[in-house]
Amino acid sequence: MTAILDNPARRLFLKTGAAAGGGLLLSFSLPGLVRAQDETPGGAAANPFSAFVRIAPDGTVTIAAKRPEIGQGIKTSMPMLIAEELDVDWAAVRIEQAPIDAKVFGEQSAGGSTSTPEDWEPMRQVGAVGRALLIQAAAQRWNVPAPSLATEPGFVVDKAGRRRLPYGELAQAAASLAPPDPKTLVLKDPKAYRIIGKPHPQSDTAAIVVGKPLYGIDVRVPGMLYATFLKAPVFAAKVAKVDLAPARAVKGVRHAFVVDGGTELEGLLGGVVVVADTWWAARKGRNALEVTWADHPTSAQSSAGFIKKAAELHGQPPHRNLKAVGDVDAALKSAAKVVSADYSYPFNAHATLEPQNCTASFKDGKVEIWAPAQNPEDGRELVARTLGIKPEDITIHFTRSGGGFGRRLMNDFMVEAAWISKVVGAPVKLLWTREDDLQHDFYRPAGFHRLTAGLDAQGGLTAWRNHFVTFGEGQKFARAANMAGTQFPFGAVENYALDVSVMPLGVPTGWLRAPGNNAYGFVLQGFTDEVAHAAGADPVAFRRQLLGAPRLIGEPGRGDSFHTGRMRAVLDKVAEASGWGRKTGKGVGLGVACHYSHRGYVAVVVEAAVADGSLTVRKAWAAVDVGRQIVNPNGAEQQVQGSVLDGIGSSLGQAITIENGAVAQSNFGDFPMLRLADAPDVEVHFVTSDNPPTGLGEPALPPAPAALVNAIFAATGKRIRTLPIGDQLA
Amino acid sequence: MSTSLKVNGRVHAVEAEPDTPLLWVLRDELGLVGTKYGCGVAQCGACTVHIDGVAMRSCVTSLARVGGKAVTTIEGVGANPVGAKVQEAWKAIDVPQCGYCQAGQIMSATALLAAAPKPTDDEIDAAMNGNLCRCATYIRIRKAIKAASGQVEARA
Repeated sequence: MTAILDNPARRLFLKTGAAAGGGLLLSFSLPGLVRAQDETPGGAAANPFSAFVRIAPDGTVTIAAKRPEIGQGIKTSMPMLIAEELDVDWAAVRIEQAPIDAKVFGEQSAGGSTSTPEDWEPMRQVGAVGRALLIQAAAQRWNVPAPSLATEPGFVVDKAGRRRLPYGELAQAAASLAPPDPKTLVLKDPKAYRIIGKPHPQSDTAAIVVGKPLYGIDVRVPGMLYATFLKAPVFAAKVAKVDLAPARAVKGVRHAFVVDGGTELEGLLGGVVVVADTWWAARKGRNALEVTWADHPTSAQSSAGFIKKAAELHGQPPHRNLKAVGDVDAALKSAAKVVSADYSYPFNAHATLEPQNCTASFKDGKVEIWAPAQNPEDGRELVARTLGIKPEDITIHFTRSGGGFGRRLMNDFMVEAAWISKVVGAPVKLLWTREDDLQHDFYRPAGFHRLTAGLDAQGGLTAWRNHFVTFGEGQKFARAANMAGTQFPFGAVENYALDVSVMPLGVPTGWLRAPGNNAYGFVLQGFTDEVAHAAGADPVAFRRQLLGAPRLIGEPGRGDSFHTGRMRAVLDKVAEASGWGRKTGKGVGLGVACHYSHRGYVAVVVEAAVADGSLTVRKAWAAVDVGRQIVNPNGAEQQVQGSVLDGIGSSLGQAITIENGAVAQSNFGDFPMLRLADAPDVEVHFVTSDNPPTGLGEPALPPAPAALVNAIFAATGKRIRTLPIGDQLA
Repeated sequence: MSTSLKVNGRVHAVEAEPDTPLLWVLRDELGLVGTKYGCGVAQCGACTVHIDGVAMRSCVTSLARVGGKAVTTIEGVGANPVGAKVQEAWKAIDVPQCGYCQAGQIMSATALLAAAPKPTDDEIDAAMNGNLCRCATYIRIRKAIKAASGQVEARA
């Protein structure tokens, strides 16, 4: 079935050799992408991990972007890597979203800022293999040794013979050659880069500004109906009673039915579905329903209850210890000064501006799905399990996503659409309302931290304890509610402890942009600021002292190992850029924070002004080290500015509160997001270091909330220890 | 009952009920899906269109209220010289991240520049504050509006 959508993910074919229309298809094996257990010797036939480049006779180069585009710019930056090593003009490149096929493309998710570190080498190898094949084809044509040939963008060049051939003329011959082992190829010297490191606009910008259909919500397939799904406000509660007649009486409504649903929060839950000729008719039908929901064991839970329980748990010995170094108790006893404070933050929603949606067409035991998804393979499993069909009978197409932020790592919308299509026997587009979206998210878990620090007479940090109250049961944490014991200042203080206590939760939780870190950055760097002031030290100077000599804390190559020198460099850079230490007027302050996450080192300074209880965020500066090479400086700036503003915006007013087991907020009126008038300029500086390039979708967010609250303290003397800031300054 | 609706210079006969929000007529009946649904209650601006040149939230504007007025959507705003200039600036500055809100941003920005060809920061704030961008592309939105109005150079 063909969907009406720009840039369909179906134009690239899983074949080697001549492509339709006289173009050429190059297929390369990619050992770098193969998981060890899947690796079998013998090249492309035995190794299904291939990527595709199509070179048309006119020299147009079509490159597949294998990961989903959710606004992080990966659809542009990864093809840039291929194009660089293939040695083509960027103007000749067309980018297409790759079809979803793990056997061909390997990992096709977007999460954890992993795309750049995982794809940096294999994508360049794809380009290098293509270039080698084109050179080989030219060498055969001219009957000269391949090493005597070179390339210029789009051409193989024989300098000695003073002749050249365009790639378009060589592609057919190149496609029939056996690809070389990428490991034998020498990748370009970065000094020779023509594409990598130069700013490039995002590949879909031109289509976006004229309103082309690109997103999940824009998918239309022939014979499609529109669905809305009213789920229980209390998560996983079931329908007790409903009269479907009023919905069915609405003009245009075709079906109304109850979904019994299961108990798995990420799966198909109970509720009422209305399907109609248009979405508005379905919505009207839904509005006509009166549903009585069955009681549910979690219907008494509330944010107020969690806050009370957390306070109780903080008054008791922790359930267990996650990390202990030295003797914190003894160090606190002998400390010249002890600082203690409680930090907390609420549940938070992803609020992608494109609400969750999915189009599915179930027919004869097979289902075709069009989804704005970040993690489609998990969706395939979920749909197969729920519908009782085979995973290979499910075809999933990526659409562009109107924001991801981790929400679309879950695939509840996918299984719902597939289920509804199966029930009604027609293709269906399921679209959630904004209210559905805010009230049925996988929330960033709330958290509660009691921090205690000890200082010696010289103001040096001697002890650090964090009693973290979070959600879980026994040894098990709720999703995204765990914390690593290796968060700084681990490794920089002699006596360190991370203790944890858990309380049960019936609210679905999940990964929100910079999971964990989006909250821990606030807690750890906010408290570090307090400790600096208690030590009588300048906040930047105190952090410099704490970071100490440049060294790696942890094992090399691990994501949680932390290099103090890299952090020191971004801290120094942001201090310099922001004019740290300069005089600010009355009611104006600078706040600093630095935090490591997703392999990125980021320091942020915020300038805040508070007058008559009203906060103005004047400006922010960010210094970022994500390795030796920024792939696309244009996209990199976008991600850092967006992440810093996301951190500021979420700190100002965003909170999801639970009342009677359900989410109290319903739309942007009671879940306020950052708007233009409140968005400061964010000045971005990249500090390069001799480390592999890593991702930028997340690491610039975590320091921003702390830099903001630290700036508020500098401006007013008021310490914000609970997010959101809300009316605490009033 | 068929209603006559003028969109981007063309007159369409649409079958929707008169109380149907213009947004859903555009998207589901006319297939003009560039106008986006974000909140349904005029709080995010993703659905912004022009009705007789005025920026309006199509999610809360019923078909009956539109009547015979001329509707312009993101698919048609490029025919207006100001709209075309705004779209060019959006491309030159490379404003979008996820891009979902940008149709609404461009429609609001075009209406602003039609009324105030050289808007001040305060005028930009006032005109654009109803348009949410979850990716927070606000810095570039502001810059693109200034570029489209000739106040800064159109470079990312």
